[in-house]
Amino acid sequence: MFTTNLKRVIVSGFRSFVRSGFTSLAGVLVMTITLFVITSQIFVQAALNSALSDIKEKVDITVYFIPNVSEDDIKEIEFALKGLPEVKDVSYTSQEEALNEFKEKHANDFLTLQALEELGENPLGASLNVKAKDPSQYESISNYFEDNGVLSNSSLNIIDKIDYHDNKLIIDRLSSIISKAERLGILISFILILISIIITFNTIRLIIYMSKEEISVMKLVGAGSRYIRGPFIVSGVLVGIISAFVTTIIFIPVSIWLGDTMTDFVGVNMFEYFKSNFIQLFLIMIISGVIIGGISSIFAIARYLRK
Amino acid sequence: MIYFNKVTKKYNNNTSLEDISFTITPGEFVSIVGHSGAGKTTLTKLILAEESPTDGEVFFESVNIHKLGKKDLTNLRRKMGMVFQDFRLLPNKTAYENIAFAMEAIGRTDKEIREDVTNVLELVGLTDRSLHFPHQLSGGEKQRLAIARAIINQPDVIIADEPTGNLDPVNTNEIVNILKKINDLGTTVILTTHNRSVIDQVRKRVITLENGRITRDDKDGKYMI
Repeated sequence: MFTTNLKRVIVSGFRSFVRSGFTSLAGVLVMTITLFVITSQIFVQAALNSALSDIKEKVDITVYFIPNVSEDDIKEIEFALKGLPEVKDVSYTSQEEALNEFKEKHANDFLTLQALEELGENPLGASLNVKAKDPSQYESISNYFEDNGVLSNSSLNIIDKIDYHDNKLIIDRLSSIISKAERLGILISFILILISIIITFNTIRLIIYMSKEEISVMKLVGAGSRYIRGPFIVSGVLVGIISAFVTTIIFIPVSIWLGDTMTDFVGVNMFEYFKSNFIQLFLIMIISGVIIGGISSIFAIARYLRK
Repeated sequence: MIYFNKVTKKYNNNTSLEDISFTITPGEFVSIVGHSGAGKTTLTKLILAEESPTDGEVFFESVNIHKLGKKDLTNLRRKMGMVFQDFRLLPNKTAYENIAFAMEAIGRTDKEIREDVTNVLELVGLTDRSLHFPHQLSGGEKQRLAIARAIINQPDVIIADEPTGNLDPVNTNEIVNILKKINDLGTTVILTTHNRSVIDQVRKRVITLENGRITRDDKDGKYMI
């Protein structure tokens, strides 16, 4: 009994979807726009995240040592830094490397090179470049040098300067922009998705409104609420599934185009992203479509089934 | 079988029916006549529980139908077959599916549906129209289809609200004959109409409504307005 009813409901849902033709097409179009917005927001978040992590990657602090400090002393500090939970990576630049880099940088600046030659010895100190796991943690890393007893006085003496304070303003501003951008991005996605879901819901409501007369006839013929509701839900779910396929097909050329033209700008190849996350993205589209279509139908038809 | 007890129905202070009382016994063929706006359609809507009375009660087999819950109401409607002036067929279903839907709704098996629908289509002469949609059928064909749907589940009563209102005399004649045949087989029929020739053709009980009140109730009635 249950399976016969289920079969009848599904068959009838498919039939009414196909026979409604233009109306179903309108539903699919609106639903496709909704799924497109949802998926776009996932892409935007991915691009934003990659851009943000690029920026984060560029923030660092460098500890400069006075010249002619033994490498062992520096290695000791490097070891201590690596032990800090906030620190992601520490890289060591020796005096010679610093000099070579300096020469390379000023290769066309004859005067500077000559002055360096005049000096006779290497005036540059070795340095440690520290990367934190998160931009907000630079302050605590910097404080580490200043006010705790982990480092002996002797090792403090060999530090020439820490460029954190020079960069502090920029770093602070950057971390606040990053966290705001993340929050704003999520908020905008949320609003866009909400709006498109409401539009889809209203479209499905209109489609069912057009069947108002039909529903009242079904009731008069003696059909129970569940039996009337079933085919409408099947049609709504069908709209969701078909729209998910349509959206996927639309995203293939769109992501290829974005991958070709925007990769340098956003820092991530959208087509590669689409390919490597295909199953997840497709599932999100199918599930969103089915849920939005199904639930909209349930809500929309409820008012016509009260007595 | 159907009993109206001092029923009054008002729409926003416009009285549609006033103090209506009558009884219909099983197997009767009752015609309800009156001008447009006399309250005929309101009366059928009260029997179907599409509307609730402002005052009074309507009983179907000793049950007050306006006190029923949703589920009982669905079961009640399964004992009634409806035919309307505007046919009220399901536009997205073929003739065959329109009838089959009424059987599916009460959970009959596929085999029963195949047999009964084929038989009833033959009975109303629509066998060659079974795959047509309502908009592809003529008025008379639509009404025959509606009647086929109404009788498919062997209801206790057929309620036909102006079934001939949109039809020409030939089709009208045919519809009345089908209804009479159904009544001869034992089903109660309630027919509303303002068509004189229909009443004269039926020659059964006639209840006359005027301005929401019953003015006549004749056992072997003629059209008397």
